[in-house]
Amino acid sequence: MPALLVLERAYARLKRDASFQRELHGWLKRYAGRPTRLYFADHLSRRLGGARIYLKREDLLHTGAHKINNTLGQALLARRLRKTRLIAETGAGQHGVATATVAALFGLRCAIFMGAEDVERQSLNVFRMKLLGATVHVVESGSRTLKDAMTEALRDWIATVEDTFYLIGSTAGPHPYPVIVRDFQAVIGEEARRQIRATAGRLPDVCIACVGGGSNAMGLFHAFRDDARVELVGVEAAGRGLETGAHAASLAAGQVGVLHGNKTYLLQDETGQIRSAHSIAAGLDYPGVGPEHAHLRDSGRARYVTVGDDEAVEALRLLTATEGIIPALESAHAVAHAVRLAPRLDRRKILLVNLSGRGDKDMPTVAAHLGVTLA
Amino acid sequence: MSQIASVFAGLRARGEAALVPYFTAGDPDLPTSEALVRAAVAEGADAIELGVPFSDPMADGPVLQRSAGRALAAGTTLPRVLELVGRLRATISQPLILFGYYNPFFRYGVAELARDAASAGADGLLCVDLPPEEAHDLRTAARTANLDLIALLAPTTPPARIRTIARTASGFLYFVSVLGTTGARADLPSALPEWVRRVRQVTSLPVGVGLPARWRTAAPMGHRRGWRVFSEASGRRCAPLPPPARDRRSAADGQRVERRRTRRGALSGVPGADGLQAPGAAVPRLPALRAPRASRRR
Repeated sequence: MPALLVLERAYARLKRDASFQRELHGWLKRYAGRPTRLYFADHLSRRLGGARIYLKREDLLHTGAHKINNTLGQALLARRLRKTRLIAETGAGQHGVATATVAALFGLRCAIFMGAEDVERQSLNVFRMKLLGATVHVVESGSRTLKDAMTEALRDWIATVEDTFYLIGSTAGPHPYPVIVRDFQAVIGEEARRQIRATAGRLPDVCIACVGGGSNAMGLFHAFRDDARVELVGVEAAGRGLETGAHAASLAAGQVGVLHGNKTYLLQDETGQIRSAHSIAAGLDYPGVGPEHAHLRDSGRARYVTVGDDEAVEALRLLTATEGIIPALESAHAVAHAVRLAPRLDRRKILLVNLSGRGDKDMPTVAAHLGVTLA
Repeated sequence: MSQIASVFAGLRARGEAALVPYFTAGDPDLPTSEALVRAAVAEGADAIELGVPFSDPMADGPVLQRSAGRALAAGTTLPRVLELVGRLRATISQPLILFGYYNPFFRYGVAELARDAASAGADGLLCVDLPPEEAHDLRTAARTANLDLIALLAPTTPPARIRTIARTASGFLYFVSVLGTTGARADLPSALPEWVRRVRQVTSLPVGVGLPARWRTAAPMGHRRGWRVFSEASGRRCAPLPPPARDRRSAADGQRVERRRTRRGALSGVPGADGLQAPGAAVPRLPALRAPRASRRR
């Protein structure tokens, strides 16, 4: 708790510190590859025959997902706090890779916590992290996925807080993390808002992003929060279907609770025990959701829908076939909602989809889902 | 004065430490927990911490995680733990403290929990993952129900914060003696007496200190007034429990606890501390108490 108070104070100071912001933007530009393109998916839009779909290409960032925006920011924070070791939880492995990457970049020691089930699903990312010099701790407790990785990272942090910075990857966890992660990801929406005005001459009608913990969605939504006419839609993972219980849709099917230091909607039983989440997308496989999403939902500013495993894979195939872009399975959930929505709207309407990551890491999973055996 | 405060005060007057063992309620099942608590009390436990199992016990090490997992798998729920409290209260007078994580408390309803826990006969609540800044509802509920709300301090807690926490705490202060989760740690940090002295400077509340499970410092330690004992399920020494092989080492922890306890008068705690608490594991660390001869053999 004292570590969180120190972090809160340091962050409040650095947020307004011009030299810190300059340093961060320098790395985002020179290293991560910002700004990312806003791509008009004309072929996909024509195929669907309705609204125009624009993709915010976070998948083109270094390490292949939006996660690097936040890890660069927090690693710089860690350096200012004179911490020499980074730890992080990871689901799909994207945040782990992004953390291991900045650790290598800045010469910091690094330990990544990853659920055993995710380690199996994402062996490529595990190897990347190790190659980057990180120690990967395989978490065997609980449901052996993201929530357990976060629990384990918190345990490590309790014992190592003197020299270690806990680099949380989502808009979850204890305050001030949800705010810090949102702020570092807000660059997505800030850029996209400028870009869509420049290319389309106006703001989008709908912003769509997938929601696990919710970092890429908060990053996109934040810049549009005061644009009352822009609809914000978060897409949760319905997994095998809400009725099966095997899903990760905390807003659609959860109840209010407290986990990992924040109060939000959680998948839980009636006695407050946390239930396992399921999604084909490991990065969405979390039984909670960032508290600010809970707020956006309850206040009516954002709307949340669900997309299941099958529909996400179909969307991945469609985007791949029409645009030559293979999205991450997480991002494919957002694409899937655009695929549903676009045909119902006319061509004057604009959908802005956050393509939060690329799909290379998911090829074994997608192959298995489609019944293809890889050599 | 609450029951907890009066137990500590009585021990303090005699220059003794409190022995406060911890049991995860429902590991491996509730009847066994009940038997274990009774055994512990028969062997001189001064108060009991009953753990309410939680699916994601982030402040606990692997031993207590497994313990909570077993308890949940056996169908343990907060209402059933409260029934256990009721059954225990019918025959024992020692303070009972419910030790748990916030979400199950929150789902139950904090006001309802405080009311039902008090009427079942509990004396205090300890919520591991609820910082004092967020504890207003639970504190109010506990106060209304005349329950102590035990607060946690860590070596990293700055003095100003210790004061803030101590102002609103009751019963005793639980000083987490080592940074890290419960369990795996070899010894007490050498700075512990100094940390405890800092706490003592700002509060008159009794201070309980976590003991490492494998603690073997028999150093002279002034007057200790309470300790908390966790250690691994040492089923071998508790008749109804089959011994999981992986838990054997901790059986030894239980035995060490036994040695400490029987030498309580001679041994002492960290100077100025009112309680020592030995984290390390879960269930019947105390069965060792029932087999002193076996423990001596080690």
